[in-house]
Amino acid sequence: MSANTAVADKYRNNFLKEIEEQVEMGDWVKMCMQCGVCSGSCPTNFQSAWEHPPQELFMMIRAGKREEVLTSSSMWNCTSCYNCIVRCPRKIPITHIMHGIAEYAHRIGLAPKMQATRFFSGLFWKNCTQTGRVNELKLSMGLYFKDGFASGIREGMKMKDIAIGMVLAKRLNPFELFGGHKCKDQKGIQAMLKKAYEIEHARKAAKMAG
Amino acid sequence: MAKHEYAFYPGCSSQKGASASNYLTSVESMCKTLDVKLTEIPDWNCCGASIGYAEAGELPRHVMNARNFALSEKHMPGQEIVATCAACWLGARETRERLTHSDTLMADTREALKEAGLTINEMPNIRHMVEVLIEDLGFDEMKKHVVRPLEGVKIAGYVGCQTNRPFGVDGESFENPQYLDKMVEMVGAEPIPEYEQKVTCCGGALAFSEPEKAQAQIKDIVESAYDHGAEMIVTPCPLCQANVEIYQGQINKTYGTKFNIPVMYYSQLMVVAYGGSARDAALNGQVIKARRLEAIAAKPVKR
Repeated sequence: MSANTAVADKYRNNFLKEIEEQVEMGDWVKMCMQCGVCSGSCPTNFQSAWEHPPQELFMMIRAGKREEVLTSSSMWNCTSCYNCIVRCPRKIPITHIMHGIAEYAHRIGLAPKMQATRFFSGLFWKNCTQTGRVNELKLSMGLYFKDGFASGIREGMKMKDIAIGMVLAKRLNPFELFGGHKCKDQKGIQAMLKKAYEIEHARKAAKMAG
Repeated sequence: MAKHEYAFYPGCSSQKGASASNYLTSVESMCKTLDVKLTEIPDWNCCGASIGYAEAGELPRHVMNARNFALSEKHMPGQEIVATCAACWLGARETRERLTHSDTLMADTREALKEAGLTINEMPNIRHMVEVLIEDLGFDEMKKHVVRPLEGVKIAGYVGCQTNRPFGVDGESFENPQYLDKMVEMVGAEPIPEYEQKVTCCGGALAFSEPEKAQAQIKDIVESAYDHGAEMIVTPCPLCQANVEIYQGQINKTYGTKFNIPVMYYSQLMVVAYGGSARDAALNGQVIKARRLEAIAAKPVKR
């Protein structure tokens, strides 16, 4: 059984409960009073980037529109600017809920596969946890080459002038490709993260069983 | 002994050869003048930033920040942690808040930290460098060291998001914080209080993944600075700095604009005003050169 069928089975006809139990800060969703301040405060919503802005997602969750919410690219347009959080009259942690829904959709395999920010988000986390510190050069290269070698070269060429400017200003080091900054206790970091994932998975599973 | 001492969390972008290395250089010179001693947390790690959310989950993300707290406590017990990067500050502060509010999360975090041979007994205070400057030193103390006022330079104070929301600095309003304008004034330059894009988002990580969306916002931020007659933009955030500075060329191609405005850190302005050289202020780290500041930095100091 796939991760998606397992949860879909468990929470059949109660998408709100699924979000409350499986999504970080999901228990706040029911607090939304549909005023729309979040949607009107979102910088990328002004560019029609959001298929469904936050307030709409909250109502869709309550209406049980599981498929539409979890496969939407909307949440991935969050820039983490926290404008919705500080303006929400109900003090709902909207930014965190958007990240939470996105993470959940990613976890159970429903998030849109080719969504660029989804890809970048995963890439960033792998990049920074691998050695304990971000390797900016590998991070950018990883993004440009996401659709293969030829398009990677093309994307890289588009960024050529910016890269040269940064190298000249000593803010991008080409040698980062062969190593770069890292933490000393990488073993400790890996062990610590492994444990953290184990605990988190166990807690989510317990909710599924309960 | 220095007047003020802190455990220092420089963050990934401040490292040598990384995108905000000029920020760190200028902060070091600034702190020397102000007698602020920063001791780097040994073997600190990345905060995970906001953008790691797809894979980070909740506990792994907090554990990353908690490791830094534990290292700070082990090596510099009792000291507050100071971050220069907005994302580091926000990430660490959020972890502090969550762990303080949830015994379960705290217990889980301790269990994971054990695997790295670390523990947390006391939760540290997490401060941003501008908080230290404003709250611990104060504007009068900062101003005392100005020997080369940046007279007649008009500067747009771009606060951005994460040094402002959701935690804020010095209890200021989220919609129209004043501290950056006051800092511009403090170094003897001319602030632009009516700069209406001061808390607009630069697009954050979307500048990498979906550049057209971020660049539409950056365009507004830069355009408004020009409209108000600014010669340069100043910011407290490494990602704001990079995003607003380095994409101006691409924005010019897309929108037919002629943007070429320097984007500085507050610390760079302060170092020049404090009589430091262009090198102390890391002016060579600008992709768009700040010629006016370079000229001021070359002038003799009035003592």
